Amino acid sequence: MNRSEPAALDQRYLQLLPPAEPVQLLDDDGVLHENPDFPIDDLGPDDLRNLYRYMVVSRRIDKQAISLQRQGQLGVYASLLGQEAAQVGGAYALEDRDWMFPSFREMGAAIVRGLEPGQLLHQWRGTWLSGHNPYDSNFALMSIPIGTQAIHGAGYAIAAAFDGEDIVVMTYFGDGATSEGDPHEAMNFAAVYDAPCIFFVQNNQYAISTPLSEQTRAPTIAHKGIGYGIPGYRVDGNDVLATYAVTRRAVQRARAGEGPSLIEAVTYRMEAHTTSDDPTRYRTPEEMDEWQRRDPIARFGAYLSAEGLMDDELKDRIDADVETLASGIREEIYEAPHGDPMELFEHVYVDPPAEFADQRALLTRELDAGTNGTEG
Amino acid sequence: MAITMAQALNQSLHDAFEKDDRVVLFGEDVGTLGGVFRITDKLQERFGDQRCFDTPLAEAGIAGTAVGMAMYGFRPIIEMQFDGFTYPAFEQIVSHIAKMRNRSRGTVTMPITIRIPFGGGIGAVEHHSESPEAYFAHTAGLKVVTPGTPADAYSLLTESIFSDDPVVFFEPKRRYWMKEDAILPITTEPIGQSVVRRPGTTATLAAYGPMVKTCLETAEAAEAEGWDLEVIDIRSLVPFDHGTIVESVERTGRLVVVHEAQTTAGFGAEVAARVQQHAFYSLEAPVQRVGGFDIPYPAAMLEEFFLPDVDRILDAVATTLEY
Repeated sequence: MNRSEPAALDQRYLQLLPPAEPVQLLDDDGVLHENPDFPIDDLGPDDLRNLYRYMVVSRRIDKQAISLQRQGQLGVYASLLGQEAAQVGGAYALEDRDWMFPSFREMGAAIVRGLEPGQLLHQWRGTWLSGHNPYDSNFALMSIPIGTQAIHGAGYAIAAAFDGEDIVVMTYFGDGATSEGDPHEAMNFAAVYDAPCIFFVQNNQYAISTPLSEQTRAPTIAHKGIGYGIPGYRVDGNDVLATYAVTRRAVQRARAGEGPSLIEAVTYRMEAHTTSDDPTRYRTPEEMDEWQRRDPIARFGAYLSAEGLMDDELKDRIDADVETLASGIREEIYEAPHGDPMELFEHVYVDPPAEFADQRALLTRELDAGTNGTEG
Repeated sequence: MAITMAQALNQSLHDAFEKDDRVVLFGEDVGTLGGVFRITDKLQERFGDQRCFDTPLAEAGIAGTAVGMAMYGFRPIIEMQFDGFTYPAFEQIVSHIAKMRNRSRGTVTMPITIRIPFGGGIGAVEHHSESPEAYFAHTAGLKVVTPGTPADAYSLLTESIFSDDPVVFFEPKRRYWMKEDAILPITTEPIGQSVVRRPGTTATLAAYGPMVKTCLETAEAAEAEGWDLEVIDIRSLVPFDHGTIVESVERTGRLVVVHEAQTTAGFGAEVAARVQQHAFYSLEAPVQRVGGFDIPYPAAMLEEFFLPDVDRILDAVATTLEY
């Protein structure tokens, strides 16, 4: 029985398939193995040091946020520990004019984009629902419902394409979100309209406690791209250079009008899902140790040192700068005022309904009487 | 000149497209076909496929794409092909379209119009005759409107498209072919004002969307009983102008609220609560609610037993007159 497909069709789908192994440029010991398909020739020494600095900043801010949560200064926090290379490498491949549509774990990408970390922590502190103006930084608001932001990014990219504006939109979601409907609708929409959109999946192995093996029967997440006719890339997400190079290629495709790409950055969340979670219930110490060995910062630091791009003095200076940044964030959060109660009624509608007047008056009376703000 | 509600809606879209090139419309089958009810007829032909375009069959995708396009600076109109197919988009509408302005402290505006053909009375198959307005009226951040007449359809849709707040726009599909003498374009009226469609003295009927016409027919039939019924078209559920109804009840002393949706926790409950709060001493009788039964929308051959009709409304009026 000969059921082979026509060669032309074979070629079409084979081009969309990810390679068997994730793209890796730096091995676990930090030795560079260049790949002509994914060059990094546009990265100069300053770029390399920037990548390192961004990762160190991301990690330190993350640690600071967890401490602040333990002190009761933040209600909850979702750590990115271990995912620094995925976030920094991917984000570094974008230009300032490009847009990012994050989930709630993209502190590292936000730092590359130049947001003040304190702005994002207000969301976790609970003073404001969000703390930044997305148009200041082309960084959309963090989205809590899983995967829903992917289609916002696709819509933004479609709009930009209609307008002929040369921008790329990167949307972030996790392995768990690939089971939700919205990312699939987003990839399909973006593909149908050839939108300049990159779907950047950080496969950190767990959706809270549910491992990837219970999330999908697909060979890899990158394979899902073929269902939409878009290429799927698989990259070692703990390798900042590989993540950069693979994302850069997707960016080039998007800018050339070749449409969206799906990137699976294979990484690991070293911390809990959020500070409310207990990962020891679903992960083994052996597994943690195995991923600790692939730590993205240690690996890249070893490379920079071996190449003579970073000495102890520079490393110490970066560490000192980062400590200053962390203490600034502590002060900012400690001193941040709680929200103004009357702000509850602001920004719900452009034209508020008449009922707001009565409800506003009620809250004012409660505040004046001192009966409000105490638990019953 | 007699125009249908479908023509009025179509004309509103053409005029809005003409007025502002940031207005775009997308959804399933809205382009070449012009929509299954032809409300988007000739839009793509006239304005091109970047202004009016077909999407993949995915309601959450349509609503979510509107979020991104609105953030970019477009003024999207999206079509949910039928009421019962809005539910996959529910999360995008209530979690993002409704909340984005509040979440962003006013920096992100969502000038999105969500068009939903709603209600029954056309003998459709299951999932094609739903009245989901209360879900959306209960969601802060959304405006919810529905026209009862062709001229009002033009006015409300035009105002919705140019509102910077997101609007869920319910089109009473059984009234698409209802005619009215009007010359378009008309001067539009701002969203949020109920209107007296027929003055009367015996009792007040308050309704919206498809039930406005039914209530006007009821008022005509009631003349045989010697009753002079006032009919109010609510038009806008959010914001809700209870003042017009309260003033009416102060004159008539009696109120019957009518909608197709299931009665329990329907919008009629809100109307009844507001009126007893603001016109308690004017009420001669308890507010009566006339709605669909608290069952899933029935099969086509049985829908006449479910939907409020003239007789059911007259019975409710009679009840208020017993007090």
